[in-house]
Amino acid sequence: MSDSAKDLHSEYMVINMGPSHPVTHGTVKFLLTLEGETIIDMKVDIGFLHRGFEKMCENGTWEQVMPYTDRLNYVSPLINNVGYALAVEKLVGIDVPERCKYIRVIASELSRISDHYTNIAAGAMEVGGFTAFLYFVEARELVWDLIEMLCGARVTSNYVRIGGVKSDLPDGFKDKTRDVFKKCRKLWADVNKLLTKNRIFIDRVRNVGIMPPDEAIAWGFTGPCLRACGIPYDVRKFHPYLVYDQMDFEVPVGEKGDNFDRYLVRMEEINQSMRIVEQALEKIPSGPINVNMPEYRWQSKEDISTRIESLIFHFKTVTEGIKPPPGEIYSAVEGANGELGFYLVSDGSGKPYKCRVRPPCFPLTAAMPKMVKGGFIADIVPTFDMINMIGGECDR
Amino acid sequence: MEANITINKLKARFAESIVDAHSYRGDDTAIVKKEELLDIFIFLRDDKELLYNFMMDLTVVDYLGKEPRFEVVYHLYSLAYNRRVRIKTRVSESECSVDSIVSIWPSANWFEREAFDLYGIVFKGHPNLSRILLYDSFQGHPLRKDYPIKKRQPQIGPNNN
Repeated sequence: MSDSAKDLHSEYMVINMGPSHPVTHGTVKFLLTLEGETIIDMKVDIGFLHRGFEKMCENGTWEQVMPYTDRLNYVSPLINNVGYALAVEKLVGIDVPERCKYIRVIASELSRISDHYTNIAAGAMEVGGFTAFLYFVEARELVWDLIEMLCGARVTSNYVRIGGVKSDLPDGFKDKTRDVFKKCRKLWADVNKLLTKNRIFIDRVRNVGIMPPDEAIAWGFTGPCLRACGIPYDVRKFHPYLVYDQMDFEVPVGEKGDNFDRYLVRMEEINQSMRIVEQALEKIPSGPINVNMPEYRWQSKEDISTRIESLIFHFKTVTEGIKPPPGEIYSAVEGANGELGFYLVSDGSGKPYKCRVRPPCFPLTAAMPKMVKGGFIADIVPTFDMINMIGGECDR
Repeated sequence: MEANITINKLKARFAESIVDAHSYRGDDTAIVKKEELLDIFIFLRDDKELLYNFMMDLTVVDYLGKEPRFEVVYHLYSLAYNRRVRIKTRVSESECSVDSIVSIWPSANWFEREAFDLYGIVFKGHPNLSRILLYDSFQGHPLRKDYPIKKRQPQIGPNNN
């Protein structure tokens, strides 16, 4: 620095990024302290999408929570449905039929695929890769067609029920899946060519947002962001639920824990999830899809019309809600962003006494300042993309 | 029993501080006195046979009408042994405070802020205990059981301050 520059008066610039910024596709505000383009300090302000999820749950019946869970991580709602259903089933002690487990695995993995597509598509677009965005949004649209076939809605699925699922797999689902995956694999190969060895993309994401493994653990990272640090923690492998222990799939891990590794982990997970769906569709047994416990799961309309017990239980469960025994449990599933945990407390009444969600992106967002401090303001964009903060889940 | 090694070790080391322990549906739970909370957590994190390195979740349950009224609930996970444990501590309404564990796990930072925001529990020693999901001028703590669901908040904005 020349002598004349030393005497110049200088101070940090403080600016707001957000709450509604084009690259932060959740509503979130960063309060940045900058020296030139270098980030000196950052404060993250969340809560713009807070709608009192827990309070709503505590004032509805156990079944009425299910549509609310769609709106947690609205990019992969089926995983939230499955996670909540499994938590209530653990509380009650229900073991769902085998076919139902397979259907839930298929639903979860389709959701995970669409979540990773969305994440990579948006991430690529925001660092200038618009073609990759279009390709992956097309692929996501194809997967959403499958989800629509399954449950009638593209986003707000509300498909899983406590003790079962809403309906069986539709006719022709297996063939349709085969077609869709064929197209998706082609699009995946295109995006892989467009991004993975693309110098411009790599320059933006390589060595940016690094998190060392020990710190990632201390900050509560889970999911693809933790696996990018080289730690193979995946709830599907470590605490297998449903039929994941019978599925042959691998857990990809990264080396450095930077944004490029997070991207690579997600790309590979798409392939692994497709493998799981294909295996599940091959292995799926026939049989009932709902548990035969009329006090917890509605019986078929035919039974309700013809059998008095079914009618009574139907009336009781609709008007008062199901009544899990008093107790508390914590149950976790592997969400698209990491460990999605439900902590439920029942007092024996028809309403949850407490329905807590452990949102995977909450600790990830909390670590944003740690990851970008000392970097450039442009580094916020890929880092925030790759932690995949979802407002509905982070703010609840 | 293998599953209860955490509880057994805790009982052996902190016999005085463990109020109660149980295992329900496979979830090991220990209810501890809040005075020794920090020592217990450091022990759980650093003991060679436990190594609970993840602070997965922190929340509060409001048992309105019971004394002590609140329960602060911690969910820990040990990657090395693939084990989970739930630690709970009871907090009375009059005190309403508990030691912060941010110094042990930085991930507790936002979780504690959220618990303060929604339940009004004060975490002593927290570096920045402010509201996180709600705005600063919000009145009351909405997840308390005595907060009415239809309560209206005063309007905020440039003309109402």
